[in-house]
Amino acid sequence: MPPAATATRAKTMTGAEIVIKCLEAEGVEYVFGYPGGAVLYIYDALFQQDKVKHVLVRHEQGAAHAADGYARASEKVGVCLVTSGPGVTNAVTGIATAYMDSIPMVIISGQVPTHAIGLDAFQEVDTVGITRPCVKHNFLVKDVRELAMTMKKAFHIARTGRPGPVLVDIPKDVTTAIAEFEYPDAIVMRSYNPVVKGHPGQIKKAAQLLLEAKRPMVYTGGGVILSDAADKLTKLVRVLGHPCTNTLMGLGGYPATDPQFLGMLGMHGTYEANMAMQHCDVLLAVGARFDDRVIGNPAHFGTVPRRIIHVDVDPSSISKRVKVDVPIVGNVPEVLDALLRELEGGGKRPDDKALKAWWAQIELWKAKDCLRYDRASSIIKPQHVIEKLYEVTGGDAIVTSDVGQHQMWAAQFYKFDKPRRWINSGGLGTMGFGLPAAIGAFLANPDKTVACVTGEASIQMCIQELSTCKQYHLPIKIVCLNNRYMGMVRQWQQFFHGNRYAESYMDALPDFVRLAESYGHIGIRVENPSDVEPALREAFGRKDDLVYLDFLTDQTENVFPMVPGGKGMSEMILAEEL
Amino acid sequence: MNAPASSPYALPSAESKAMRHIISILLENESGALSRVAGLFSARGYNIESLTVAPTEDPSMSRMTIVTTGSDDVIEQITKQLNKLIETVKVVDLSEAPHIERELMLIKVRATGRDREEMKRMADIFRGRILDVTDSTYVIELTGDGAKLDAFIGALDRAVILETVRTGASGIGRGERILRV
Repeated sequence: MPPAATATRAKTMTGAEIVIKCLEAEGVEYVFGYPGGAVLYIYDALFQQDKVKHVLVRHEQGAAHAADGYARASEKVGVCLVTSGPGVTNAVTGIATAYMDSIPMVIISGQVPTHAIGLDAFQEVDTVGITRPCVKHNFLVKDVRELAMTMKKAFHIARTGRPGPVLVDIPKDVTTAIAEFEYPDAIVMRSYNPVVKGHPGQIKKAAQLLLEAKRPMVYTGGGVILSDAADKLTKLVRVLGHPCTNTLMGLGGYPATDPQFLGMLGMHGTYEANMAMQHCDVLLAVGARFDDRVIGNPAHFGTVPRRIIHVDVDPSSISKRVKVDVPIVGNVPEVLDALLRELEGGGKRPDDKALKAWWAQIELWKAKDCLRYDRASSIIKPQHVIEKLYEVTGGDAIVTSDVGQHQMWAAQFYKFDKPRRWINSGGLGTMGFGLPAAIGAFLANPDKTVACVTGEASIQMCIQELSTCKQYHLPIKIVCLNNRYMGMVRQWQQFFHGNRYAESYMDALPDFVRLAESYGHIGIRVENPSDVEPALREAFGRKDDLVYLDFLTDQTENVFPMVPGGKGMSEMILAEEL
Repeated sequence: MNAPASSPYALPSAESKAMRHIISILLENESGALSRVAGLFSARGYNIESLTVAPTEDPSMSRMTIVTTGSDDVIEQITKQLNKLIETVKVVDLSEAPHIERELMLIKVRATGRDREEMKRMADIFRGRILDVTDSTYVIELTGDGAKLDAFIGALDRAVILETVRTGASGIGRGERILRV
C-alpha cells in the first residue's frame, strides 16, 4: 500500500460501496430505482446505510422520469439506478426525455460481469451503445479502481455546460471487486471545458443593438430555467422595457403576470407573442434553440429581416436552424450580468418613442384575445379547469404535465411567475412523464403543492406509479382532463386528416375513481362546470392525500391558436376561424 | 473517394451547395470514441466519405481524419457537434488553409504474361512499390491523394485488378499550422 500522505486515508471497500459513497459525496438525497440481478450488490450497499434514500418505482421509465422531475424542480442532479438488460431499456425513454430537455441526471445501470460481456448473457444489452445517442455522455466501468473518478466525471459532466443525462454502466463483478476509495475534490478534463463568460466584444455589440431597436423582442427558453437566471432576465427585460415571450420549456423564466410578458410563443403560442416574434427588428434569444415547434418554418421566419442576438451555452445551438447576427456563447447568468452592466454603464437609453409605437401595435394584437373560449358551456371546458387550478393553488403550485392538449392548455392558462414550477417533456414529448415527474418534484419540494395535469391517455402510460405514491405517501394532485380521446391526435386528424379519427378514441377506459381507490388513494369524478372549483378546493385541501380528479371535459375542444406544421409563425389558425 | 457512406437520414437539400472538407480531430483514446463520432454522423444525417483513426505520439490521444461533404452551414454544424463530444480535444477543418492529404492503397493485380512487365512499369510510373510477388500476382502499394489513386486504377485494365484496399485520407496542415493540445 502506498504511504498515506494525505489526511484522508483512503479506505478499502467494494465497488458497490464505492457507488454509494460517491452518491453520498455528491450530496444525493434520493435515488429512484428498481432492483435486479446485476445491481444486487449496489442495493445491498444501499440497504446498509441511511444517508442516500431509495425510492422504489414500479417501472424503470418511472425511475428516469422521477429523477428527471427531481432535477427540474430542484437545481440538483437527479439520480436513477436500474439493472441491466430490460432495466435499462425501460429507462431509455426517460433518458431520452432528459436529454432532449438538457436535464442534469446520472443514471447508474448494472451490467453483466465483465467476463460475460459480449456473450449474450442473461439480461445483457449493449447499454452504452443503446444509450449513446440520447445521453450527454456515458461510461462503461471495467475496473473498480476507475469507479470513483468515473462517478465524479459523470456528475461534473451532467451539471456543467449544457446539462444532460450521463450514464454509468457498471458490470456486476466491478461491484464486488475491492479498491481504495477516495473521492476526488476537483476534476480537470482536457477534452471538456464549457465556455462560461460571453465574449466582451459581442456583448457590447448586443447592447448597442438592443438600444437601437425600434421593434425589439426578447425570446427565452429552458436555458434560463436550467441556469437559474430568471431574476437576471427579469431585471434585464425591465431595464430595456422590451416585450418578452417564453418557450414551453422557458415558462417561469419571466413572470407570466408581468405586463411585459406576451405569453408563450410557438405552435400553440399566443397571437401577440408570435406576431411580435415575426415582426420584430431586433431579437434577443436567450437559452432557446429556434426549434420547429417554436418558429415553425425557418424560411417563412426569414422573410422579415431582423437582427438576432443569440445567447446560449451550447455553440451548436447557434445558427443551427436560423442564422444569427450576434452569437454569444456563454453561461446565461454570466452573459445577462455582463449585458446589464454594459447597458447600465453606457448611459444610453432605449428609444422610448419607437418602443411606445411598438407596444401600441402589440396591444392591437393582444386585443384579438386569442385564448378566449366558451365560458358559458354546459360541458366542462379544459381551459376552465386550468384557470381554476391556477386560482385554487394561488398560482404557486409545481405543475407537471404529460403530453398533448392538456399540456398546451396548462402552459397557456397557468401563469407561472417563478422558474422550476412548470415541469413538462418539451423536446421529446413523452406521454407518461407527468406522474413520475411529479414524484420527483414533490420529493425535491415536500412543502410545496404539486399538481400533475394529465389526460386519460397519457396517465395510463405510467399509471403504475400510483403505487409508488402510496408507498411513500406522496400527496400529489392529479388533474386529469378526460375527453375520451387522444386529444392532440384527434385535433390533427380533424384539421389535417379529414375528420378520420384513426385509433385516437380511447375505448374501454378504466373507472379512474375506482382505479385511484384501488391503489389506496382518493378519486373524484367531476362532470359539471359548476363542480370544478369545489372539487379542486376539496382535493387541494387534503394535504396528506393523493387525489385523482377525473374531469370529464368537452370532447371536441381544440387548442388555439395553432401554427400548422411547416407553416410560418404568423400563419396561425385562430379559434374563430374554424 | 469510391464509397460514399451516406446516412439513411441524409437530406438532399443539405447537399445542394456541398463542398468537400477534410476535418482533423484530436480525441481521447478511449474505447467507444470512434463509435461516438460515427454515430454522430449517421444520427444527424452528415456524410462520411472516409474516416481514418489511429493513436498519436501521445498514446492517450487518437487523431482522426474525416472526409465529408456539405454546405458551409452543415460543415459549421459538423464542427460544432464534433467539438461537443465529451472526448473531443480539438477539431480543425484542414480544408480552410493549405494542407497535405495522403491515402494509401494496396492493390492486387493479375501479373502474368505480357501484363507482368506492364504492371511493373505502371507501378514505377506512379511511384508505387511492389510488396508481394507470386507467379501470377503482384501486390502494389501506392500513396498519394485520392485523385492519384483513382488515376492509377483508371490506367489499369479492369480485368487485371483482383482487389483493392484504401485507407481513406489522412491530412495535416502545411507549415506552422499545428493541431495539438
